[in-house]
Amino acid sequence: MKVSEIVKALDLKVFSGSRGLEAEVSGGYVSDLLSDVMGNAEASQVWVTLQTHKNVMAVASLKDLAAVILVSGHRPDENTAAQSEEEGIPILGTGLSAFQVSGKLYELIGKK
Amino acid sequence: MDQELHYEYNVEGGDFSRAGYASSQIKKILKRLNIDAGVIKRTVVACYEAEVNIVAHAYSGAVYFDIESNRLKIVFRDEGPGIEDIEMAMTEGFSTASEEVREMGFGAGMGLSNMKKNADQLNIESEVGRGTRVEIIINT
Repeated sequence: MKVSEIVKALDLKVFSGSRGLEAEVSGGYVSDLLSDVMGNAEASQVWVTLQTHKNVMAVASLKDLAAVILVSGHRPDENTAAQSEEEGIPILGTGLSAFQVSGKLYELIGKK
Repeated sequence: MDQELHYEYNVEGGDFSRAGYASSQIKKILKRLNIDAGVIKRTVVACYEAEVNIVAHAYSGAVYFDIESNRLKIVFRDEGPGIEDIEMAMTEGFSTASEEVREMGFGAGMGLSNMKKNADQLNIESEVGRGTRVEIIINT
């Protein structure tokens, strides 16, 4: 499944990095601890978090993640969005909580 | 690897906007050299944690990256407070990070164990009040 299909299915806002919308997604990871994501996320996953600072993009890029989904109406900091543009890794947004959006994502892309 | 290569990067203490820069440069170099993807993944995780530790705890530091014939050697040297009890610092969940750093999602006490899991050798030397030297060896 592509990032763009997830955007459509879950009605997500695209804040930045739209050139990465056609990337393939292999699964998801949910965490607000950067070392947890560094240690345990896999390439091509979407990362669900409420962290909005620039280091989120450093981690997403180093781990080759497909996209970041900010929950509960959070918006990326300006320099976070700028780096997302540069890396071509989309930052997406939802008003749903991490629990709600993760449940929907799990239904959509399964337990990969 | 036929040729041996050496690179150096500076890391500023407290400058989170640049945290991960050295690790990302190292990743780019390894990709360009067509190093095995698994090796790159392990190197990136170990390096990022070491780099963030300098940013979160030290005043300034530098990264020395050597590509040798059958291994990568990455040394992170900083001027900073040093580590009082390295064994304690290695304990998963133990952290001395500030509240502010924790709120950013760092300082969960997972950094050193991430380094240990991903490096083939991890050597830490530290002098309280002076600084720390972290050496990461990854076999290629």
